[in-house]
Amino acid sequence: MSKDIEQIIKKYKPGRREELIPLLQEIQDEHGHLSEQAIVRVGNFMGLSTTKIFGLATFYDQFRFFPSGKVNVRICNGTTCFLNGSQAVVNKLKEETGLAPGQTGRDGIFSYEVVTCMGGCNNGPVLTVNGEYYTSVKPEQIPELIKKLKFIIEND
Amino acid sequence: MDDLRKFLIDKVLLSDSDTLAPETEKVLRRVRREKLEHAVIFISSGTHSIIAGSEKTRAAIQSYIDENEQGTEIVNVGCNGPLSFEPFVCIQLPGKNRLYFRNITEEKVEPLLNGIFHNDINKDDLAGQHGTKGFELWPGIPFIDELPFFANQKRVVLGNCGCYDPESIDEYIARGGYRAYAKAIRHYTYEEVCDIVERSGLRGRSGGGYLTGLKWKQALNTPASSRYLICNAKESDPGAFTDRTILESDPHRLVEGIAIASYAIGASSAVVFFRKNSEHAQQRLQKAIDNAREYGILGHNIFSSGYNLDIIIRKEPGAFVCGEETALLSTLEGKRGMPQLKPPYPTTSGLFSKPTVINNVETLMNVPLIMENGPEWFRAMGTQKSPGTKVFAIAGKGRMSGVIEVEMGTTLKTIVEDIADGIREGKDLKAVQLGGASGTFIKKENLELPVDFDQMAEKHIPMGAGGFIIIDENTCIVDLVRYFMEFIRNESCGKCIPCREGTGRMLEILDSVIKKPVNEDSGTTLERFKGVMQLETIASVMKDTSLCGLGQTAPNPFMSALENFREEFEEHIFDRKCRANICRGLRTFSIDVDKCTGCTACASKCPVNAIYGTRLQPFFIVEEKCTGCGICYDICKFSAIKVK
Repeated sequence: MSKDIEQIIKKYKPGRREELIPLLQEIQDEHGHLSEQAIVRVGNFMGLSTTKIFGLATFYDQFRFFPSGKVNVRICNGTTCFLNGSQAVVNKLKEETGLAPGQTGRDGIFSYEVVTCMGGCNNGPVLTVNGEYYTSVKPEQIPELIKKLKFIIEND
Repeated sequence: MDDLRKFLIDKVLLSDSDTLAPETEKVLRRVRREKLEHAVIFISSGTHSIIAGSEKTRAAIQSYIDENEQGTEIVNVGCNGPLSFEPFVCIQLPGKNRLYFRNITEEKVEPLLNGIFHNDINKDDLAGQHGTKGFELWPGIPFIDELPFFANQKRVVLGNCGCYDPESIDEYIARGGYRAYAKAIRHYTYEEVCDIVERSGLRGRSGGGYLTGLKWKQALNTPASSRYLICNAKESDPGAFTDRTILESDPHRLVEGIAIASYAIGASSAVVFFRKNSEHAQQRLQKAIDNAREYGILGHNIFSSGYNLDIIIRKEPGAFVCGEETALLSTLEGKRGMPQLKPPYPTTSGLFSKPTVINNVETLMNVPLIMENGPEWFRAMGTQKSPGTKVFAIAGKGRMSGVIEVEMGTTLKTIVEDIADGIREGKDLKAVQLGGASGTFIKKENLELPVDFDQMAEKHIPMGAGGFIIIDENTCIVDLVRYFMEFIRNESCGKCIPCREGTGRMLEILDSVIKKPVNEDSGTTLERFKGVMQLETIASVMKDTSLCGLGQTAPNPFMSALENFREEFEEHIFDRKCRANICRGLRTFSIDVDKCTGCTACASKCPVNAIYGTRLQPFFIVEEKCTGCGICYDICKFSAIKVK
């Protein structure tokens, strides 16, 4: 894993502050999250203290510090989806999984994110799992969906 | 391929005369697919279309063609606008007008194509035909431009959207693209380009509507060793999708707009600040930039003019406040995205303290058109003070939704009633919300207002980045205001106190208005009333004292909702009633003893055990325990549960 970080870092120039965010973004795209190790390494490389990097990364919602679940559900809570009842779906997800948005369960299988507007405003609420879209989602569909996703993962 | 590239560059882009030679036109017509030997099927391929299932439609069409009509070409095009029609398919037979079909899902493909290729057109899914000069008409089929959705629009900025393959630079050049840019950098000086844009009266399409040409001049006239142009494509308002649609449908015109604007201010590097979660649009824009580089449109010494330019894409790391100019600059410099005090304005001291111009996508999309057709052409559209057109993303409860473009001066009523075709399911319109999370509500009675910067500013309505949400009578305004406030509270950067504390406090109070208190004794009620009385004060303090636009506009949804729907707030506060029955904390349920069969379904599902009874006897709900979640209401098969 640490080798990958080295490979990514090689593409950037040390000390260029403006490349810090793209560098962190690339590491996150590659690994799914920013590990402590990665943040320390980036700090060394950029010549910045670890707290500075951590402070920057926590400011933005994109960065996460724990791996996401094997199934990562993204649910839209943009205005149109909200008008069509997405808040109830989010609440149901919260209730069924016992997780807050962005958290990952202990088993590492499930996590979900709440985003604003994915572009399916005509068919809201929209939910996406690993690139597959579900439209006009109702809260009562959630338990079945979670069961189905867990089943797929466990049989993989 | 290389021959075509050379031909397009030498004969089209670098041609000095305004009209092209007939033999060049002939080649361009072929590139534009105006001379066909085989049928072509155009499938819209934006994010909306993919969500609606266009990938499956495409696969079905492909397998049909492989079996029955080999030689037919499939082309991915951008989005035409109407989301409600997705997946939108367009078929062109050689020599005939294009035919548009709506909602073509996977299973509709075979009958549709069978019909088309055997001259028996299915009229159910037909949206209309598009008349093009020199093509044969389909008799008895209405024109698509006559649909109310299109007839009331003026598609200029969106003119190319949905008409060509957004991944093909050749097609864009054949449609007249990049010629304005080539002309500008070879024949005009920086000042002349600024002048043309200033004379056109183009105003920045989001925010205050500042004159674009003037902004450019300010940056140009600031002495500096380098300057930057930033295209703000962040649009992170919940429910706004105009920029994404433009980028997915016509990325090349944006590249051209950025290139002309960079030239006008003498910048040799430009940055597109991109929103997250729109990978599809990003790929298309990246491809457009890469292709432009290959064609020598970007790079070093472009067309031997001595001008250098490169465009890079930066993805936003996810913070709403970065839409604010100074916060955006901080993010690009690799710092926490917090706003700074203005002045100095970015035009004098922006990115790395160099003069920087920040324009949004729609503004830049207008630039190539102005350079091509002249400022007078642009001035002829729209109103005296706000020339041109405006793009909106209409969404919400309208019958039609999608990305539309209207001439400035069009009334909001036309947009709601004609373009959006009224409200779904025969409901009544309640209001329109413009300007995203910090926008304002406009009541049904005030919809005669024209789309115009100055007239809207007089009424304190921001034009916004293009979010246009249609709200019907089944929506609770208080709940919606709370939703916007929660969004802003989460996105407040925390630098200045009025915004950080004010949004949190306002959210708390709004929560107490719509939620059921733990116990309704005099103490909590008093707290609620005290809070409510403070709401307006907090809102006005935030407006006056916040550092940046985010905090200053955060109370807007609340203030405009209070102004327009005061009675609804009062109902929530005093009568503890929600007329739309949305606020679950204010709902109470009761069981109709005549209908209840005692099946125990509700009692077993109730999360707070508020339902009691004996099996096969009517049950009852203990009101004090009930949280109003409505699970019992949804689950009851005998409709025995009533909302009070």
